[in-house]
Amino acid sequence: MMMTDVSVPANPPFRLSMLIHDRRYRSLTFQVIVFILVMALFWWLINNTLQNLALLGKSFDFGFLFQRAGYDIPQTPIPYTADDTHLRAAVVGLLNTLIVAVLGCISATVLGVIVGVARLSKNWLFARLMTVFVEIFRNMPLLLWILIIYAIFTEILPPPNAYRGEDPAWSMILFDNVALTNRYTSIPTLGMTNDPGSLDLGARITFNWATIAFIVVLVGGWFARRAIRNHAQSVQDRTGERPTTWWKTLAVMVLPSLFLIWYFGLHLEPPSLQGFNFSGGLNVSNGLVALWLALTLYTAAFIAEIVRAGILAVSRGQSEAAFALGLRPNRTMSLVILPQALRVIIPPLISQYLNLTKNSSLAIAVGYMDLRGTLGGTTLNQTGRELEAIVLMMLTYLALSLIISAGMNVFNASVKLKER
Amino acid sequence: MSDTHAQTVPFVRDTMLPAASPPDRQSGAIRWLRENLFSGPVNTVLTILGALIIWFLVATFWDWFAHSVWNASSLSECREIIAATWGEGARGACFAVIRERWNQYVFGFYPPELYWRPTMTFGLLMVALAPVLFGASLTIRRVVLGITAIVTLAAMMWLGVPAGWLAFTAVVLAFGFLASERNIAWLLPFSIVYPLLGVWFLWGGTLWGPIFVLAGPVLGWLAWRLLGSRAPMLGVVVAALVTILFWLFLAGDAATDAQGLVPLAIEPVRSDRFGGFLLSLTIGVAGIALSLPLGIVLALARRSDMFLIKSLAVMFIEFIRGVPLIALLFVASLLLNYFLPPGTSFDIILRVIIMVTIFAAAYMAEVIRGGLAALPKGQYEAADALGLDYWKAQRLIVLPQALKISIPGIVSTFIGMFKDTTLVTFVGLYDPLKSMSDAVRANIAWKGIYWEPFIFVGAIFFLICFGMSRYSMYLERRLQRDHR
Repeated sequence: MMMTDVSVPANPPFRLSMLIHDRRYRSLTFQVIVFILVMALFWWLINNTLQNLALLGKSFDFGFLFQRAGYDIPQTPIPYTADDTHLRAAVVGLLNTLIVAVLGCISATVLGVIVGVARLSKNWLFARLMTVFVEIFRNMPLLLWILIIYAIFTEILPPPNAYRGEDPAWSMILFDNVALTNRYTSIPTLGMTNDPGSLDLGARITFNWATIAFIVVLVGGWFARRAIRNHAQSVQDRTGERPTTWWKTLAVMVLPSLFLIWYFGLHLEPPSLQGFNFSGGLNVSNGLVALWLALTLYTAAFIAEIVRAGILAVSRGQSEAAFALGLRPNRTMSLVILPQALRVIIPPLISQYLNLTKNSSLAIAVGYMDLRGTLGGTTLNQTGRELEAIVLMMLTYLALSLIISAGMNVFNASVKLKER
Repeated sequence: MSDTHAQTVPFVRDTMLPAASPPDRQSGAIRWLRENLFSGPVNTVLTILGALIIWFLVATFWDWFAHSVWNASSLSECREIIAATWGEGARGACFAVIRERWNQYVFGFYPPELYWRPTMTFGLLMVALAPVLFGASLTIRRVVLGITAIVTLAAMMWLGVPAGWLAFTAVVLAFGFLASERNIAWLLPFSIVYPLLGVWFLWGGTLWGPIFVLAGPVLGWLAWRLLGSRAPMLGVVVAALVTILFWLFLAGDAATDAQGLVPLAIEPVRSDRFGGFLLSLTIGVAGIALSLPLGIVLALARRSDMFLIKSLAVMFIEFIRGVPLIALLFVASLLLNYFLPPGTSFDIILRVIIMVTIFAAAYMAEVIRGGLAALPKGQYEAADALGLDYWKAQRLIVLPQALKISIPGIVSTFIGMFKDTTLVTFVGLYDPLKSMSDAVRANIAWKGIYWEPFIFVGAIFFLICFGMSRYSMYLERRLQRDHR
């Protein structure tokens, strides 16, 4: 029939010029050339590095990680002495980075959400104040905030002995629990009257059984809460009546923890002045506190803008429709506005968390021993292995970033618009 | 009918009553207060809280600001003046440090007799930027160029500029005005040459260096013109090769020889003399100018159909975004010597600029990728339907729209990068924030002065960054094409 009459032109025979002029082959040609150039560049760089290393009489090996570190770290989340290896020092640094990053992410999110919502408040004065806060913190370098807050700690706060005597010049704050001094901030530790002992994980890393019990109870409570909610949902689907769940949820979330607190005899042990220093509590270095505060304030200003934009992105019709359906305001917020706003908020929030983690490397300005301070600082200077130390440090930061962004992407997928 | 009606209704108003003024509580300031500050219990609490915050800030800082001393030669002298004027035990700010160390904060350790050179460089920068930033509005151009001309010329005269250079600056500024009035595009050649001129003004040395650097692309262009009509692809490759080979093997020697024949040099200034805001602005402006094109290329590469190009772009972008800038700066200061042929070393400011640029470019690429993705698919299809090839489609249809969408993101990347220039303090350069303030404090006269330098430097950064974000809003409004 007609169809058979249409003849497809045969492929023209391949000519060399088609590598440039034929669009089917041109991209291939281009990619091959780029591949060769990139390989040549890498070869050139590696060759130069090898030559330079040979000239300096150095080698490229990570053996130094297992040598004695020989320096002290003021704040160690896991036991560490100067006799430990550089590797352990690097791990301590990494944990210090994680501590300030996690603390900063939590506090920045809380503050950022409050400020972001307050900027949308109908209250003229308060909204203006929050705008000023956001603009001031966003438009000045983070380093400035770190230095200012650190200077406040070191220059204005008193030495520990100002707390001494019958009528001391300074007194502790928060119901005599926290002492601010120019060298450290002394906070209370958790004490137990009924200590269950610790689980030894090897390498002198121990976990208190009480901590493990709390984690188990909290995770269990979370799952129990989900089970209760699913059950309530299925009852609602079947009968149309949703059973009251709030007291059950509250019970599974709170009661086991309260029981554990009673069982272990958990209490705060506030620091007290012994001689020239506070002891009994935990003396947190001011570097950490200043870094944490500065990261919190700086990132909170960015998060506030993200939250504000997210809420503004939900069109007015959505809340009006929810009200028309007869939803109460708090249900409107939790069922209609928040799910849609979160979709807009989460992706930029992820990058703020990543920025905060990377910005924690500004610990260099306050002498807080994070990953850059140990592996990329003292270890590098003592062993003279710049290449290995910096490469390892960059790879660690890279891995950290990729893990955070992978984890947050999973969360993002759960709040994303479910499309067919 | 009408009679009875007239009798039963004794009075009929035949004029309208004037509108009654609303009750006092519903008008004027009281209404505004009720609506905006005290509309409910929560709002009232917030208002009181806000007022308390303001009162606390004013009470804490007001006397300190009010007692500022602007004219003293040391911190102890400041304290004496404050004690003498405001009584014993009064506290006050000592902004005299800014006044005394102004030059150091602005120019770093640049030779004082050459201060006019950076001043001229940044004055002419505004002329070079005029066609790019203020191309649309004659009024804005007049204001910007007018202020620039007055400030630059006055500052240069005050700093003791040689008459020839003053005349040169005046001529360029006058040309800028002329072009601004007649046709702003006349300034574009100056804008293109400006980066090289600026480098020469700042670092000095022989003019033949920049001339021969510029000669590379010119030779490449000539080669492309010769070959371009017959083999376009080959022409581009040959042009690139000519340029690179000229730079690598000829430019350096040629510049030395030319300098020997016709000496055209001004006093060279080494990089370690740079500091303060001069350093921040140099790194910031260079980084901004370089990271945008690099970011566009990376964004296009990441959206390319070619697997290898795409993977390379993804790896580069994710790697750079995954590490802190400090780590990259350490690479610049400690590791770059490993990666280059033995014996080579190049300028630390240049290395820092490269690192800051690639760092900003990776973020820029993601911002622009977002803009490219936000563009409706129909735009790409329309470009294809018109028969445009890839580069023409990108240049004429896709990028103008995608870049417009991404303006807020691009400008916040710029702002972030400019703020990050303070981190160069950790590789031993004298940024205004930390190193310069430490240097000021190292002097016994200003030992222990913390807050005034922080406030001063912070205020300057705030002005520049806030200005940039306002400019981006203006640009967004100007480029708005839809009618909403």
